[in-house]
Amino acid sequence: MYCLFFNTKMIIRSFSIYLDVCRIWGEQGQAALEKASVCLLNCGPTGSEALKNLVLGGVGSITVVDGSKVQVGDLGNNFMVDELSVGQSKAKCVCSFLQVLNDAVKAKFVEEYPDALIETNPSFFSQFTLIIGTQLVEDLMVKLDRICREANVMLICARSYGLTGFVRISVKEHTVIESKPDHFLDDLRLNSPWPELKSFAETIDLNTTDPVVHKHTPYVIILVKTTEEWVKNHNGSLPSSREEKREFKDLIKARMIAADEDNYKEAMEASFKVCAPRGISSNLKQIISDSCAEVDSNSSDFWVMVAALQEFISNEGGGEAPLEGSIPDMTSSTELYVSLQKIYQTKAEADFNVIHQRTRDILKKIGRDPDSIPKATMKSFCKNARKLRVCRYRSMEDEFNSPSQSELQKYLTDEDYSSCDSTAAGFYILLRAVDRFAANYNSFPGQYDGGMDEDISRLKTMAISLLNDVGCNGTGLTEDLINEICRYGAAELHTVAAFIGGIASQEVIKLITRQFVPMSGTFIFDGINHKSQLLSL
Amino acid sequence: MVSIEPSRSRDLDKLLLRPGNIVAPTFEAGAQLREDIKEYVRILVVGAGGLGCELLKDLALSGFRNLEVIDMDRIEVTNLNRQFLFRHEDVGNPKADVAAKRVMERVSGVDIIPHFCRIEDKPLDFYNDFNIIVLGLDSIEARSYINSVACGFLEYDADDNPRQETIKPMVDGGTEGFKGHARVIVPGVTPCFECTIWLFPPQVKFPLCTLAETPRTAAHCIEYAHLIKWNEVHSGKAFDPDNPDHMQWVYSEAVKRAELFGIPGVTYSLTQGVVKNIIPAIASTNAIISAACALETLKMVSGCSKTLSNYLTYNGVEGLHTKVTEFVKDKDCLVCGPGVLLELDTSITLKKFIDLLEDHPKLLIAKASITYRGKNLYMQAPPVLEEMTRSNLDITLFELMDKIPEDTIHATGLAGKGETKQSSLRKLRVVFKGLDGVTDVDMAGGA
Repeated sequence: MYCLFFNTKMIIRSFSIYLDVCRIWGEQGQAALEKASVCLLNCGPTGSEALKNLVLGGVGSITVVDGSKVQVGDLGNNFMVDELSVGQSKAKCVCSFLQVLNDAVKAKFVEEYPDALIETNPSFFSQFTLIIGTQLVEDLMVKLDRICREANVMLICARSYGLTGFVRISVKEHTVIESKPDHFLDDLRLNSPWPELKSFAETIDLNTTDPVVHKHTPYVIILVKTTEEWVKNHNGSLPSSREEKREFKDLIKARMIAADEDNYKEAMEASFKVCAPRGISSNLKQIISDSCAEVDSNSSDFWVMVAALQEFISNEGGGEAPLEGSIPDMTSSTELYVSLQKIYQTKAEADFNVIHQRTRDILKKIGRDPDSIPKATMKSFCKNARKLRVCRYRSMEDEFNSPSQSELQKYLTDEDYSSCDSTAAGFYILLRAVDRFAANYNSFPGQYDGGMDEDISRLKTMAISLLNDVGCNGTGLTEDLINEICRYGAAELHTVAAFIGGIASQEVIKLITRQFVPMSGTFIFDGINHKSQLLSL
Repeated sequence: MVSIEPSRSRDLDKLLLRPGNIVAPTFEAGAQLREDIKEYVRILVVGAGGLGCELLKDLALSGFRNLEVIDMDRIEVTNLNRQFLFRHEDVGNPKADVAAKRVMERVSGVDIIPHFCRIEDKPLDFYNDFNIIVLGLDSIEARSYINSVACGFLEYDADDNPRQETIKPMVDGGTEGFKGHARVIVPGVTPCFECTIWLFPPQVKFPLCTLAETPRTAAHCIEYAHLIKWNEVHSGKAFDPDNPDHMQWVYSEAVKRAELFGIPGVTYSLTQGVVKNIIPAIASTNAIISAACALETLKMVSGCSKTLSNYLTYNGVEGLHTKVTEFVKDKDCLVCGPGVLLELDTSITLKKFIDLLEDHPKLLIAKASITYRGKNLYMQAPPVLEEMTRSNLDITLFELMDKIPEDTIHATGLAGKGETKQSSLRKLRVVFKGLDGVTDVDMAGGA
């Protein structure tokens, strides 16, 4: 009884708390978050702030790993420790603060230094969905990355350093069905209507003399009919030149019988949709021809569905992806709009049924239960077929040992940035150089007062040798910037940490919910002029 | 050897105490700077919601000690997933009070004064007291109001250059889902909110005939229940979006309507979203944008680095994109420009003057309250002030302005036409005609 009561209460509570976010990543996204288990390494402000955002969002469980004790200096940059925490385990203090924010989250802490765990207990990391490694030096990131890739655990590294810092995702492969792009062309098939849409359009007379009917004909019908007429008069080709597109618009305009016909105005505005290229995008082409689309019993559900999609496109689809099945709002009578909606839905449903059957067949062929992929997942896959995304990340070891030399040189001498005092690529090199510095001298440049000039010249030597190692020259790396990094002295400023941690948490949400598209490459923060950049190295 | 006490601002000290090469020309590194920031700098945070909570924390941990926060809202359950300073037991309490208390509990030495009221309720002097105003708002109207207040303090010299000491800088942040912006507004130098008002397109409103006759989407059904059906059934009773019974009623009416027309997709959460016009917000974006705003505030105050010039956009929907755009000032801006020039007869009474503002094509300010050099000449509200200032109405403006031939005065009231009227503050450059010493009136207009 108690348990039942407790659960009901929880459901009601989380329903009202997450009402807002559910409009962004939906109940499924929320459920994925609530199932996820996230581990944070080092709970300075960068890590603590990242985790705070996830705890508020309702992540299932968190584990805070940090071996240090709270010092007085921590009070000035970390909101999650206070006066009373000085001398206590930092992991414990941060963990208990986070628990108060959301008591539905399972919060744990481990009072140990991450480097010790990475060196001696790599299997510790395999229990998590995702690891957030903060303020780790290069050597530790490389080791941790190796462990995470081996164990199939997602990794995101974040670092705040003075007025700069970075965020880097490392996952072998991340596939997204619901990429939810901001702007994406509606799937209307105006220039290649299927038989049902065509015959529906034929039942509607654009030349009706009833002004009420005339101004309530949805623009989809106006465009389908006008396109058909155009194609007939132009040897089967669509309007393509600017001149032709203008002519096409005039054709629509000529059909208006009153100045206030919003549906015709919408048709003119949407006339560019008529020229949407037939067939699939290059992005989708790349996905269906990926070697992973040749599936076997080890393939993920995503790739099994891609295999079915590939078959659909070359057979029933006639070169097209399954229809998305939804239409935008448009001026129309309710009746016509709803009928039109149904026509799109029915076609989408039919396409789905084909993919469903093909997926089942493929599953059978590779020796899996044909019902092992939930129908809802497949529905979503079909609806979003045009928007699928596959993200792959180079291992950190590969990048650090052999970053793309041409890319790096390009970023270093980027014209858009050469007039600035700082460049993202310059920061990238220097952030790596400070780790070499620390490995040699047991402290970061400028970490302690005094000896600044010596640190500056040592860092410069490090940075130049690093550039040589990766085959680049030093243009783009100014004295001022080297100086600046030494001034920072490895400071973790609260605002920079909140920014970097905020970005890390946002990327974590995208990775866990499998919605939206996570960033690619390395994000370099430039707190001087905010000209931050994503470097693909 | 004197033992060095560990510094609470260990990390911040590196930035403030050490000289640098990529800094503002005004930067003077040293402990004095750190102490001055603690002692003298006063910052107002407008809004204690998702952004405001983050801003207060970020500023408190950036060395600022004297903060104030203003917000008229009380805490709701739905705020808890991103407004990290609030707990379940706080629901129903003023956001400003709770936010201030929580930050002071955790960051010792910081002093935060909360103001639980509407931004329009504060006298203009209140806003003049701060060195920087930081905005964490979700409404265009509120941004526009604060912007007009801050720009109202700006004075221009005879050469139409802004007077440095009258510049009241603002830092403004806003978010929507995975997107956001942070900007720095230095009135008279960089574009003000009104100069770039086109960045905020007006809300799409559904035509009533669509709602009444041809609904097609779930939102149409919800707005029908909310705007039309509610008044039909509850004539005279105002709809209260914070009353769950009211919301439930609208939801069930919307469901009925949707069923009638065969429209899918009406849910309770969508109903709330549509009716309250909620811009969906999430914790991480609020954190990112607030951090950028607080960092810019610190940089502007201390000069420890360059200032954002002048508009940062962030978009995390597809990958991650940040962009800095340098917008330019609209030199004819009614709000941050030198002010609308009004040539008046010395005989005009305050009452006539107020009537004139209502008819002035550029101003259209109805029921204006007038202040001159911080002195209330006439206040429409509250009643006490109205009574106190009523006797001025029949006195000439010239006399009320101590017979100064040319000066700036401020008018607040509802400006604009018809539906789009909103609280505004306008700066007016008054020049009295026919007086010796004012020969070149054109100059005053700022050609």
